This record gives sequence, structure tokens and C-alpha cells, in this order.
Amino acid sequence: MALLQLEDLHACYRTEVYGISRSVRAVDGVSLELYENEIYGIAGESSSGKTTLIKVLSGTFKPPLRVESGRVHYNFGSFAVDMLSIDPEELRQNVRWKQISYVMQGSMSVLNPVRKIMRTFEDIVRTHQGIADKKSFVEQTRQHVQRLGLPPDVLDLYPHQLSGGMRQRVAIALATVFHPSLIIADEPTTALDVVVQRGVLQMLKEIQNESANTVLLVTHDLAVHANMADRVGIMYAGRIVEEAPTAAIFQRPRHPYTAHLIRSLPSIGDKTIREGLGGAPPNLASPPNGCRFHPRCPLAIDRCRTEVPPLTTIAPQQRVACHLVTEAG
Amino acid sequence: MLNVLRDLLKYDGRFRVAALFLLLTLLLAALSWVSPQPPNKTYLVPPDVAPSLAYPFGTNSRGQDLLWWMAFAVRNSLMLGVITAIVSRVIAIFVGMIAGYRGGTIDRLLMSLNDSFVVLPVLPILILLSFLLQGQLSLVALALLLGLFGWPWDARLIRAQVLSLKERSFTRTALYSGTAPLQLTLREHLPFVLPVVFATTINNMLWSIGMEVTLSVLGLADVTVPTIGTTIFWANQHQALVAGIWWWLAAPILVAVLLFLGLYLLFSSVNEFIDPRTRLRRIGA
Amino acid sequence: MRKFVLSYLIPRIGQYLLVIFLGVTLTFVIPRLSPNDPVEQQVSQLMMSGSQVSPEAIEHMRVALTEMYGLAGSPWEQYWAFWGRLLRGDLGPSLSSFPTPVNQLLATAMPWTFGLLIPSIVISWVVGNILGAIASYYENNRVIQVVDVVSQAVRPIPYYIMALVLLAVFSYWIPIFPFSGAYPPGARVEFSLSFVLTVLYHSLLPLLSLVLIGIGGWFIGMKSLTSNIIAEDYVVYAENTGLPRRQILTQYIMRNAMLPQITGLALQLGMLFSGALIMEVVFGYPGMGTLTFQAVMANDYTLIMGITLLSIVGVATTVLILDLIYPLFDPRVRIQ
Repeated sequence: MALLQLEDLHACYRTEVYGISRSVRAVDGVSLELYENEIYGIAGESSSGKTTLIKVLSGTFKPPLRVESGRVHYNFGSFAVDMLSIDPEELRQNVRWKQISYVMQGSMSVLNPVRKIMRTFEDIVRTHQGIADKKSFVEQTRQHVQRLGLPPDVLDLYPHQLSGGMRQRVAIALATVFHPSLIIADEPTTALDVVVQRGVLQMLKEIQNESANTVLLVTHDLAVHANMADRVGIMYAGRIVEEAPTAAIFQRPRHPYTAHLIRSLPSIGDKTIREGLGGAPPNLASPPNGCRFHPRCPLAIDRCRTEVPPLTTIAPQQRVACHLVTEAG
Repeated sequence: MLNVLRDLLKYDGRFRVAALFLLLTLLLAALSWVSPQPPNKTYLVPPDVAPSLAYPFGTNSRGQDLLWWMAFAVRNSLMLGVITAIVSRVIAIFVGMIAGYRGGTIDRLLMSLNDSFVVLPVLPILILLSFLLQGQLSLVALALLLGLFGWPWDARLIRAQVLSLKERSFTRTALYSGTAPLQLTLREHLPFVLPVVFATTINNMLWSIGMEVTLSVLGLADVTVPTIGTTIFWANQHQALVAGIWWWLAAPILVAVLLFLGLYLLFSSVNEFIDPRTRLRRIGA
Repeated sequence: MRKFVLSYLIPRIGQYLLVIFLGVTLTFVIPRLSPNDPVEQQVSQLMMSGSQVSPEAIEHMRVALTEMYGLAGSPWEQYWAFWGRLLRGDLGPSLSSFPTPVNQLLATAMPWTFGLLIPSIVISWVVGNILGAIASYYENNRVIQVVDVVSQAVRPIPYYIMALVLLAVFSYWIPIFPFSGAYPPGARVEFSLSFVLTVLYHSLLPLLSLVLIGIGGWFIGMKSLTSNIIAEDYVVYAENTGLPRRQILTQYIMRNAMLPQITGLALQLGMLFSGALIMEVVFGYPGMGTLTFQAVMANDYTLIMGITLLSIVGVATTVLILDLIYPLFDPRVRIQ
């Protein structure tokens, strides 16, 4: 039984400013499954719909973002949740942080600047578990932080006294206080320098190894996916264009877009100039017909311009949405 | 520009109310040019007549038709507001731009001076000043004086805007590609600074017209010139409320509320329109 | 700690001294730039009053007044003498109620002004900020929407106009409140329950006008601050962690939005003080505003000088106190 079943999700931003109404379909027919004890990576350029997708998955979407159709079904073992119809109060009390926690994009500023780190831990634990004995809570929190390799003294500091990498580790420590079923990590290392990045990723991976939960890792950085993910899904213009186990996708990408992304990765000793991809990601307010990648695709055929390629399973655990691949069989 | 006006009229209720109120005030001010009654003459009409068809605002105990008197009053108050706004704008732009562009010690010095002026209680100082001049303070002189005190808030805003513009990447691009600093300021930055200047202008007018009311009521302005403040001064002198001549106060209050609300709503509507943050919030980005 | 002293404390104290220096210097310079000579004004006023005064007596008075106004000697000597008197706390005798010292008049008036100003600032700051924060966090609440419209309508109205409207409505039209004063004329000023209640009753309208305008201003400021803070990462994050809405509102949103509002209070203090002065004049409330009005009416130059100087020092000192309290609320300033 999958932890998450996402079926044919359509979500869009609808706005009206000074009489100009706009509708942007940021996620357009995405289906995927997350299993227990895996790291699933989602890759894609900015505005490919990654962030929108995880807003829906974590149940944190507000107008102007609206879900038009689809099904977001979680199975947390003891109980199941339909994210699109759950009562907000039940979501807050039973699901948030206990089952689904979140390491946010821009974690630099996720900590309340006027509260010591310990107070943030306290707020969260008090909300979801209650604190009977303050002393043992403090002791447990210190141990939790220490287990993750952080000096427990950071708990007595204010966020502005911590370095960026430290803050990100604190954010991960916060996300794991209750050992949730799913940790959503949205660009967890984007703002960090390379050395710090490595440390933070290692920490995330160790936690996952230890508690055997699911991590949904969202980042545009393919190198991160190569190191971390068990499976990777590639998004382009609001759709998943390819999904496969990490090794398979890096060894033999099937979709022309994926292939291009992977070709553009640097490797040691290789000094050839990388080829750029012409054009820009489509405007989602009026996306192109057919395959959304066709205007930039070097291999596009006529069919690509008119007919949307379905996401087809071509091998166990491997799906791709490209006429060329499915036609060639 | 016309498009902006049309959009604001169509989609912002506050702007519609502001436009209506200001239109009414301007109409009243315009009446002063066709007034059959000179503003400085008294006992031209029967005194203390309640508002009626013949005298829509009533007449006061000094035998003046309040409609025409108020027309002059609004005109004068507006004129004062505009003069003050211009004077303090010049100072604010000068100080704000210099502090913002020069930075360093000059910035720190100017901003200390600026903050001192913000904190100083202006009213007692103005009272001392006008007290010494004993009613010789003409409306224009008062406007200039208020202008000398009305700049520090806005200088700070303009400086903040300049500082943020200096950090933008287009500024660096322009400088690296050899654009002259002066040209950069005038061509690229001024269009960003001007909306701030416009919004603060309205706010400054509100402040100066309010100050004029305050000083006139204390009898510290030239009370023979009709303004919203001097109207109230005369009504108080004749104890209008105690004597039951409520319309003598109702007229300036009504006009003041129309003018102040109109200007303020215009300010907040325009402010929101030009503030990229509020606009972004509206489109939910 | 050293950094805090160097980069926060010392600049604030420097700013404080600068405000006082500027204010006092302005107060010193303004009369000397004025085309009217206060000594001659007083002398001609005395002569016009029609009393028989010998030329010698007038000359004597001229010398005495010149001495009293600090107009003797070179400008520099005058300036130093001015500071000297100020630092000794000597504001001279009032001219209209000679020889009562200005200090004494101020001391009688000040408690009334503070009694009106402090509660009105506290009430309007607290209520305005709470309502403003609620307003942008619970955007669709009906009551809040009404408060919003009323605030927008009230905020720009000058204190004076607001006072007149309240007076017209609640003293003239529906006569439930007294026209003026802080107590009925002739009542003995004492510390008894009945007197305190009378004062409260008389103070309600002046207080209400200050509070109404104040709430409007703080409400609008807080609402716009809050609507920006709502989009901050730490608020979105707190929502994601499932904290109760009320806790997010108070400890995450309001707690942070409060900081610029404290600074705002410091910056607006001068204006609030001026507003209270005017309010007193409308309501004939026996504080510094009414004293100012009386000084203007009675041509009491020393009294007006005294009021101006006291206002400058008083407002600047309060601002300094607010600046010194601020780090208690903002750890980013306190611990660097």
C-alpha cells in the first residue's frame, strides 16, 4: 500500500487585479505514488510547478491557488486521509507535523526572529503532544538535537545568531521531532554553499535511514537527486514528463528534456562546452498545445504539436511522456 | 495615465469616494471666483439665518453668507496646502536624494538632523513663532513656514526608496555599462521616486491644512483671511454653539471632513496602487 | 554588549542631545529673528493700557525686561546665558501672572496633560494594534470590516475637528456631557472619590476624541504591517507546523509587527503631544494646551517660551525612554 496516491491533480492560480483576471494552471494532470521508506526526488526548472505541487500535497494551499480536480490520498497505516476533503482542524491536529512535516524553501527565515530556538520546539511539541514536565522536555529536546549532530546550546540562541547551515539543520531537527511518515523538503540546500550543503544532505539521509520514513525532496539541482533520491520525477510546465529509479534515469534518460538536463551536468575531466537549450519554459497562462516541450524539443515530430503524450509505463517503475519513446516501443 | 485613472475609478471604491469628495471641494473653491460677496466685508446679509434655500450654509453673526465665505476658505486652505507641499517637497527630495546617493557620513548627518525634526514637537515652536509675529503672519508666509517643518518624514521615505534603487541590479548594469550617474538618477530612478513623492504630497497637504486650522483656532494667524481654521476661530469668538448657531460650525466641519477624507482616501488608494507589495499580494504571488 | 553600546545606545543618546540642542537653539533664535522686539511690545502694551507711567519708570522697565528676556550682551553671551538658565531650570516669572514663576504654572498644568495624554496613547496603541492585527489575519470578519471603514474615515480628521464634532453631538445635540473643563467651576481640587469621578466624567469626551483618532491611525498602520508579516516565512512555517491560529496571531504575527509600531510611537510622539494640546483648548481642559492658549491671549512671552522648551525636552526624553526600552522587545538589537 502506497503512503501517498496522487491521481490526476489539476491546480491553478486564479487572480483578479484591477479588473484583469488571470488563470495560471501550475499543475496540470500529475499522478504519482510515494512509498514508505524511500526518498523521492522531484526535479524541474523554476515555474515547472514543483512548489505548487508540494503546497497541495502538504495541504497548505490557499486562494488564489485552487485545486480543480484530482485525488490526494494518504495512508498513514493507522488511518487514511483525503487531503482535498479533510476538515482543516483535523488536518491541523492529526496530520500536520505528526505525519507530514516540512523543510521549507528559504529556511533561512522560517524561525521566528524574536523567539529562542527552544521556544519554537516548545510551541510545536506543546501543540501536538503537550508538555507535562518542562524539565524532561528540555532534556529530550537537547538529546534530539544532539543525536542529529547539533550542539544542544543552539537551543538557547536566537535565529539571527546562527549561520545559514545551522539554521537549516535546526529546521530539519524541527521537522523530525515526531518522526513523521513524510518529510517534504523544498529546495533544502539551495541557499547554502557547497560544503555546508553536503553536511545538511547527509543529515537528511541519515535521518531517513534511521527512521525509515518517506522524504519528498524537491530541488532543481540534479546532482542532489543523484546523491540522495531512490526515484526521481522530472517536471516540465506543470506535468511529470519522466519518472524512474535514480540509477536508470541518470544512465539512460528517455525523455528529450531529461536527457538534455542530464547532459548539461558537469563531470570531472570533461571540458567540452555544454549545449544550451533554446527558448524558455512556456507561459502557463497559455501553454502550447500537444507536448508542452515541443517548441524547444530538437526531436519534435508533427504529432507532438497536436497531441498530448500520456505518461506511459515503459518498464517496471519507469514512466515517460513522449511520443518518440512510446512509438519506438 | 488615463488608463490608470480609469482602472482606479472602476475597481477601487476608496478612489471613487475620494474623487467625489475632492470634486465637491474643488467645485466649492471654484465658486469663490464668482462670489457676489467679498471675503473681507461684514454685515452684507441678515445675520444668524439658519441654512435655507436662499442661504444653503446659513449666515453667520458677522452678516456673511457662509456659502461664499466657505468657498474662499476652501480655496485659501487648498492654496496653503499646495504651497507648503511644494516647499517641503523641494527640501525632502533634496535631503532624501543626497542622503541616499552619497551615503556614509553625509547620510548619517542628514538623517540625524532629519530624525531630530521628526521628533521635535512642531506645534509649540510654531506657536512661539506666530505669537511673536502677532497676526502679521500672512497665509503665504505661514505656508512657507510650514513647508520648512514638513519635510523630514518624506525625506526619509525618499531616501529609503533611493537606497533600494541603488541596490537593484539594473542600477549596477547601467553604471557598469557607462551611464552617467546624473542621467541614471533622472532617467532611471526618478520614475520610481516620483510616485513616492506624489503620495507623500497628499499626506503633507493634510498635515499643513490641519496645522493651519490649529494655529488659526488659537488666534495665531491672520484671522481676516477666510480659511477653514479662521471660520472656526470666528465661530468660537461668537460662541456659536452656545448661541445655537450650529451651522456656523457645521459648515467648516463638513467642508473639512470632505477635504480631509477626500485627500486621505486618495492618498491610501494611490499608495496601494503604487506599492508593489500590495499589488503582489492582490495577485497572490 | 560592547557592540550594543556602540552601535545602539550611543547613537540614541547622541540623537537625544541633538534634538534638545536643535530645539533649544530654535527657541533661542526665533525671537531674535522676529521683526517684533518683545521688550518694545511689552512696553507699548503697558503704555497703551493708559496708566500713568513716568518716562524713568518706562526706562527702568525696559532695562529690567531686557535683562529678563536675556537680551543683554552679545548674541553669544545671550546664548550661553540662555542655556545656563535652562540647565538651572529657571524659566523666569510669568508676565501675565507676575511674579508667579513659569515653573510653577507648568507644574500645575502638567499632570492634567499627562493624565489625558498617557491613557489615550496607551489605550489607542493597544486597541488599535490588536484590532489591526486581527483585521488582516481574519479578513472576512464583519465587525472588523466595520472597524476598518470607520478607521479609514476617522484617521485623517484633525484633532480639532473631531473634538468639535463630539462636542456638538454629545454636549449640544444630546446634552449628556459637559461643555468644558475638567471639573465644575468652583469645585475644590482634592483627592476624594467624588472629585476623581467628576474629573473622569469631564475627561471622557477629550479622551474619547484622542483615542478615536489614535485607534484609527494605529489600526491602519498595524493592518498594513501585519498583512506583510503574514507572508513572512516564519508565519507560513508556523502554519505548516499546525500551531493554533491564535498563537500564530499573537506570538508570531503581533509580536513581530509590534516592533515597528513601537518605533512609530516614538516618531509620532511630537504629533500626539501637539494633538493633545489642541484637544485641551477645545474642551477648556486645564492642562498645558489651555495654558498655552491663555499665554497667547495674555501676551505672556516668558510662559510661551517655557511651554515650548518644556515640550521639546519632554517629548525628546520620552522618545529616548522608548528607544531604551525597545531592545527588550527585539533580541536582534539586544544581542548582536
